[in-house]
Amino acid sequence: MKKIYTRPASLKEAHFHYCPGCGHGIINRLIAEVIDEMGLRGKAICVAPAGCGMLVYNYFDIDTLESAHGRGAAVATGIKRVRPDNLVFSYQGDGDLAAIGTAEGFHAANRGELITVIFVNNGVYGMTGGQMAPTTLKEQITTTTPSGRNPVSAGHPVRVCEVFSVLDGTSYLERVAVNSPSGIKKTKKAIAKAFQHQINRTGFSLVEILSPCPTNWKMSPIESFRWIDEVMTKQFPLGVIKEVKC
Amino acid sequence: MKRLMSGNAALGEAAILSGCTCYFGYPITPQNELTEYMAKRMPESGGVFIQSESEIAAINMVLGASVAGARAMTSSSSPGMSLKQEGISYLAADELPAVIVNMVRGGPGMGNISPAQSDYLQATRGGGHGDYRTIVLAPSSVQELVDIVPLAFDLADAYRNPVIILGDGMLGQMMEPVDFSDIKKPKDYPKDYILTGAENRPSRMVRSLLFDTKEEEEHNWKLYRKFQRIEANEVRCETFMTDDAEIVVVAYGIAARIAKGAIKRLRQENIKAGLLRPITLWPFPSKNIVELARYVNDFFVFEMSTGQMIEDVKLALSGRGHVNFYGRPGGVIPTPIELARIVSRHYYQTQKVKRQ
Amino acid sequence: MITVKIDDERCKGCSLCVEFCPKGALSISDRLNMKGYFVVSFADEKECTGCATCALICPDVAIEVFKN
Repeated sequence: MKKIYTRPASLKEAHFHYCPGCGHGIINRLIAEVIDEMGLRGKAICVAPAGCGMLVYNYFDIDTLESAHGRGAAVATGIKRVRPDNLVFSYQGDGDLAAIGTAEGFHAANRGELITVIFVNNGVYGMTGGQMAPTTLKEQITTTTPSGRNPVSAGHPVRVCEVFSVLDGTSYLERVAVNSPSGIKKTKKAIAKAFQHQINRTGFSLVEILSPCPTNWKMSPIESFRWIDEVMTKQFPLGVIKEVKC
Repeated sequence: MKRLMSGNAALGEAAILSGCTCYFGYPITPQNELTEYMAKRMPESGGVFIQSESEIAAINMVLGASVAGARAMTSSSSPGMSLKQEGISYLAADELPAVIVNMVRGGPGMGNISPAQSDYLQATRGGGHGDYRTIVLAPSSVQELVDIVPLAFDLADAYRNPVIILGDGMLGQMMEPVDFSDIKKPKDYPKDYILTGAENRPSRMVRSLLFDTKEEEEHNWKLYRKFQRIEANEVRCETFMTDDAEIVVVAYGIAARIAKGAIKRLRQENIKAGLLRPITLWPFPSKNIVELARYVNDFFVFEMSTGQMIEDVKLALSGRGHVNFYGRPGGVIPTPIELARIVSRHYYQTQKVKRQ
Repeated sequence: MITVKIDDERCKGCSLCVEFCPKGALSISDRLNMKGYFVVSFADEKECTGCATCALICPDVAIEVFKN
């Protein structure tokens, strides 16, 4: 029996707790595949966030630390400075990175810390039940924007890659989406490239991944996939935002 | 060989000699000299120095460095310490060693940059969430500050718990001759929990999220048993002229030095005063106070605050003897004469009552 | 011949694999797993070309594809 596709070795046996159709599951698998293919299992250290992504230490069969909400980039800085030869990445959601953890992410990027941030942008706070996130779109309804996000009172959706792109310490910023087979393949390449930038010490790398959240968007999985294409990517255009020579 | 150094700078040198290889700090008076000293000396000694974007980032960098196996330290002053409380709770929950320095200044709020002791409860009761304790060490001279730094790192490693060095603006900024020769090369502590990459071993996780309440409860009792061991083994205090004392001043840190001056004056007026100086604020020297209470009836708690340690003194005595208080909050620095006069006035008033 | 192995207990019936399978070889069955989801079933071996899009799209890594 020749294997065409099997579970990546760097994934533990535990079942994912994610909701049906959630993008975290795809992203976790892609990270594990990249770690396998780049032979990084003995080198990788993951910093897990607070939020839906916090249970990655039950899924990644690599050394993982859970950090306080929003502090992942600072914790990863501490780890990487002590262990420069390890592959250190911080897995963060939009609330974790673009709200409470803005300063930590911004300054880690500005210092050009040789870490990678895997930034899962699903437009809401998932684990706590679907509240507005910094990346919630205009007029998007969430449990804390019941009549739609009004920029006058609740601000505008923030484009993290673009913001970080003007920080000289950043070397690779790409926005991808896991809402289609081609998008998933691009996401995997982006993660691999980000890790390669870290290994080549070019600077701070971040992959922003638009990810479906059917439960809190109140859509079916396939509708949430379409919503990303038809609506989300208008505010968050896909593509390489910044890349220095690797 | 003695060197004239400020407390802040001496503390930095002592940390490096104690094997500290990572320092993360943020500017805040009155502890800047420590951050500045580390900015120069840490890279020289091959270590890591980062001026972080906030005290919150600094304490989390300490957490990262600690879980990666390094001896890590951060320092701040009162308002900055408030920002670090969440991180300290995580360090305690994750059972990670770390040394955190607080050069206390006048508070609350913006307060001022003058020395004070108004963070006692934050340090000893824990300003963060959850059942946890931090070992709190309170030096009262620059030399003792230097001696306490290696102890702080050893206790942090031995018990895998954050340790707070509670100084104040005066201790940090005043200069005294210091000698570093007693600092020995740090002992090796087991580091089977650190994250290094799962190379030829099973992967490890360090986390404090325990959804299962029974697991979280057991984790709490496990930490509790650790704190009991610390309380049993790590109490440190100094007594000064207490053998024949009729009245004992209880004071720590800079206030204890002021108290010693006052006690010498009182002794000249034939008032038998003595001093009990806690060095570990947690674990608090309760037994030592109870022992003094066997023959001393009058206790005088003296703090540069509106009175916080007094609670622990009362707890220790649980109703025995009289506990009086004299304090000056807000960064005011009382003088020995001032305290001597307060104590002697109290002494004569209570004597008059006894004679009637 | 292609074997598409589906781990019923991991499947959450999100039906993304059904949507994206170019040959329509997958469908949601009426079988429930322990979590109470209707699990997907690999109905039509003939059509399957082994492209593994189903495994690629599955958010729960419930699908493995083999060729024998």
